[in-house]
Amino acid sequence: MGLIQTIHEKLVSRELSCTELTKAYLEQIDSANPALNAYVCVTGEEALAAAAAVDKKLAAGEELGLLEGVPMALKDNMSTKGVLTTCCSKILTGYKPIYDATVWELLKAQNAVMLGKTNMDEFAMGSSCENSCYGGAMNPFDVNHVSGGSSGGAASAVGGNLAAYGLGSDTGGSIRQPASFCGAVGLKPTYGAVSRYGLIAYASSLDQIGPITKTVEDAAVVFDAISKPDPRDSTCLGAKGGATAQQLGSDIKGMKVGIAREYLDGVRDDVKQAVLNAAKTYEALGAQIVYFDLPVLKFALPVYYIIACAEASSNLGRYDGIRYGYKTARYNGTHDMICRTRSEGFGEEVKRRILLGTYVLSAGYYDAYYKKATDLRGTIIKAFNDAFAHCDVILAPTVPMTAFEKGHAASDPIETYLTDICTVPVNIAGLPAVSVPCGFNQKGMPIGMQLIGKSFDEATILNAAYHYQQAAPENFTDTKWGVKL
Amino acid sequence: MNYELVSGFETHIELSTKTKIFCGCTTQFGGEPNSHCCPVCIGLPGTLPVLNKEVVRFAVKAGLAVHGKIAEVAKMDRKNYCYPDLAKAYQISQLYAPLIIGGYIELSNGRKIRLHHIHIEEDAGKLIHQHGDTYVDYNRGGVPLIEIVSEPDIRSIDEAKEYVEKLQQVMRWVGISDCKMQEGSMRCDVNISVRPAGSEAFGTRTEIKNMNSITNIARAMAYEYERQVDLLESGGKVIQETLRFDDASGTTSPMRSKEDAHDYRYFRDPDLVTINVPRDEVERLRAEMPELPAEKRERYEAEYGIPEKDAALLTKYRRISEYFDKAIEGVKSPKTVSNFIIGQIFRRVETEADKEIFDVAVTPERLNELVRLLDSGKIRNNLAKSTLEKMLDTGKGALDFISESDMGGVDDSALLALCQAAVAGNPKAVEDFKSGKEKAIKALVGNVMKNSRGKADAVAAEAKIKELILS
Repeated sequence: MGLIQTIHEKLVSRELSCTELTKAYLEQIDSANPALNAYVCVTGEEALAAAAAVDKKLAAGEELGLLEGVPMALKDNMSTKGVLTTCCSKILTGYKPIYDATVWELLKAQNAVMLGKTNMDEFAMGSSCENSCYGGAMNPFDVNHVSGGSSGGAASAVGGNLAAYGLGSDTGGSIRQPASFCGAVGLKPTYGAVSRYGLIAYASSLDQIGPITKTVEDAAVVFDAISKPDPRDSTCLGAKGGATAQQLGSDIKGMKVGIAREYLDGVRDDVKQAVLNAAKTYEALGAQIVYFDLPVLKFALPVYYIIACAEASSNLGRYDGIRYGYKTARYNGTHDMICRTRSEGFGEEVKRRILLGTYVLSAGYYDAYYKKATDLRGTIIKAFNDAFAHCDVILAPTVPMTAFEKGHAASDPIETYLTDICTVPVNIAGLPAVSVPCGFNQKGMPIGMQLIGKSFDEATILNAAYHYQQAAPENFTDTKWGVKL
Repeated sequence: MNYELVSGFETHIELSTKTKIFCGCTTQFGGEPNSHCCPVCIGLPGTLPVLNKEVVRFAVKAGLAVHGKIAEVAKMDRKNYCYPDLAKAYQISQLYAPLIIGGYIELSNGRKIRLHHIHIEEDAGKLIHQHGDTYVDYNRGGVPLIEIVSEPDIRSIDEAKEYVEKLQQVMRWVGISDCKMQEGSMRCDVNISVRPAGSEAFGTRTEIKNMNSITNIARAMAYEYERQVDLLESGGKVIQETLRFDDASGTTSPMRSKEDAHDYRYFRDPDLVTINVPRDEVERLRAEMPELPAEKRERYEAEYGIPEKDAALLTKYRRISEYFDKAIEGVKSPKTVSNFIIGQIFRRVETEADKEIFDVAVTPERLNELVRLLDSGKIRNNLAKSTLEKMLDTGKGALDFISESDMGGVDDSALLALCQAAVAGNPKAVEDFKSGKEKAIKALVGNVMKNSRGKADAVAAEAKIKELILS
């Protein structure tokens, strides 16, 4: 049973009041957050007020929705009216949005209890969460290891039982990679399934919000709740094909699980072995394993970094110190003020990507970089389409390695970019993918695998993930932290 | 040596849609600073633009008005530059796939100024320098614009003036903009170069930015033409640069190179989906288009025999032509209506602004009634003219000033009675006429005119009297 369902039953049976539950989470955040650094802003008062409203409903004998009263967390790049939203960047110091992101509006309407905002790499740029201006969120399996990134705080909070679920955003793996590092489930929905309105943009054609959860059931429930069409986001169509939670458990006998050989290249042995073991589990469940080649994958990483950085260089132009956020103390004229504000306000990785993005869009370089990348993007999309003619889902490692020790990521940006090699193709192609735990390395750090689906076919990958979870529960273990229910 | 002027225009026109291009805020001019704003048009982090479909319809109308081709697929691009009045640090515009391709404006000398394309984009806010500080007002940010880019087909300052006037006329005509240069809802960037007369190759051009009146366009072009010619004559070279025009001195000067040296890093805006313009919608809009001023003018000349100059006056503003069209319904001579409008009504509507509104005391229906009375012969031209003046003074109808008796004498039976009375009462004149004194008939006609108080048709009366005497 999923954690959300468990909480729901405890609330409905009055075994636990929503206020008691919320207090328990807040207390655990108090004691565990100094070590995990999962939250960068805790909204205890608002959470307790929301909990009291749920308790009032319960007292009145009203029926409760599944997500009602369930304590959760939002990544710090999702706009929350009146609540600090900083993208973990100095440049958004003190910024409190005047409107709510659509995802938060949807969940708030279901009386979700938000505990706070979770840590992330600055502007979602990074793979370790260490690019946060608040310092990185740590791995609940071992606090000397990173939580992953960029939604490290959400994965750390869920892995550390400091929230029942969290919303992350995934531009090149930012939901799946930290979920994989922290032993959680992370769903990156199809581009256009979930509204981006209110999500502070990193790379607009790649960004997508999705859940990080304890179980596959939880991921399905949260995805169903947030995947609605939004008139404020022209690119958002909402989910297709009905509630995914209702489709969990349907038969997967005869399902064709594809493995692209290129996804296993350069992957650490322990990770590779865990994924191949999962393939065996699927075979045992009656699925058929199909091997195939996907040579275009070698283009994915450069295509991703060109497109993502180009869009970021434009999206981040607005942070100039004039209207909100950080503003330099001393300056000489408007131009100087903007230069100093940006130089002081942005971190190194963000500046690196703005420079890279500015370069690839510049006159004389556009054709050689940006145009070529968008052309190749089309090639990659087509290659995935072709692959899905032969299989129903694609099985791949989420990350070529397990969580690295803290401080390791900063040493070599190129090597760090390589950790995204398995996750970025999905964003380029706009496909859905879910990362699920599939084992542990010798040091006991979790390994994740991802199931990639056809466009708007979240139901199939979640169902496949659900069957695996039922068949291999030993990979879904808990950590010592947080609230125990 | 003689030098030929070569010029092309980039004209920005604010569309008069009710709401902004990417959000629901009002497009109204003015207002308290930053009162016509929302999270989207001030570019708050996380907000997304949603294209206002009305903007596409307005731009399609603009395209149809200049005979452009409406693209089946158009896309929005980001034009990146950093300036405090641009809240997102990029302007959403179109570069790679604009909405309208081609088109032209035809001048009175028969030359067609070809258009390269028309694209849609958002306007920026405004900087206000006050009390030694700079403030930003984003009310104008996100107001929809079209940019009309012409080919370098303009060859004289007169052509340039007429191009702008014609553009202004036709865009107002189809109702997409008020095109007020003084309020900034129409502004021009003028590209200008010179070349030895007869030469095929273009000279190096300069661009004069943000011209806000036709007078200044002419002044700036005249100055810039002289400057470039002098430069070439003295062995110098024209540098391709962006200039500003100084109203007070009447001269152009280069903008600082920083303002000029933009690399806009255009790329497709990932927040907006492809614009598909359905053909049936284009056809529907085409069908709804009013007859355009040029077509109307030609028709007035050909169909109604109205002189070219008058036809141009009647089609300068849409309201005047609509007034005229209503006033001529069912009348024998539309030219008479035109004469009344241009000769008499225009004297009461002096300014161009008033002519554009054309809100006159006499409704077209009442003018029509007056002209019909004239047509039927019930009243005569002099009476019609003086009656129209009274109508213009009071806003009343013709029949308020013309009594039954005024009209009584002029219909056929009344004319017959008058003629019979004249014949019966003047036997001497009748006899004289019978005996061959042709002139004697004048006395009889004079009698009819006198007794009809001048309203009878003298020619008809003479014919009738002859008929009576000789029968």
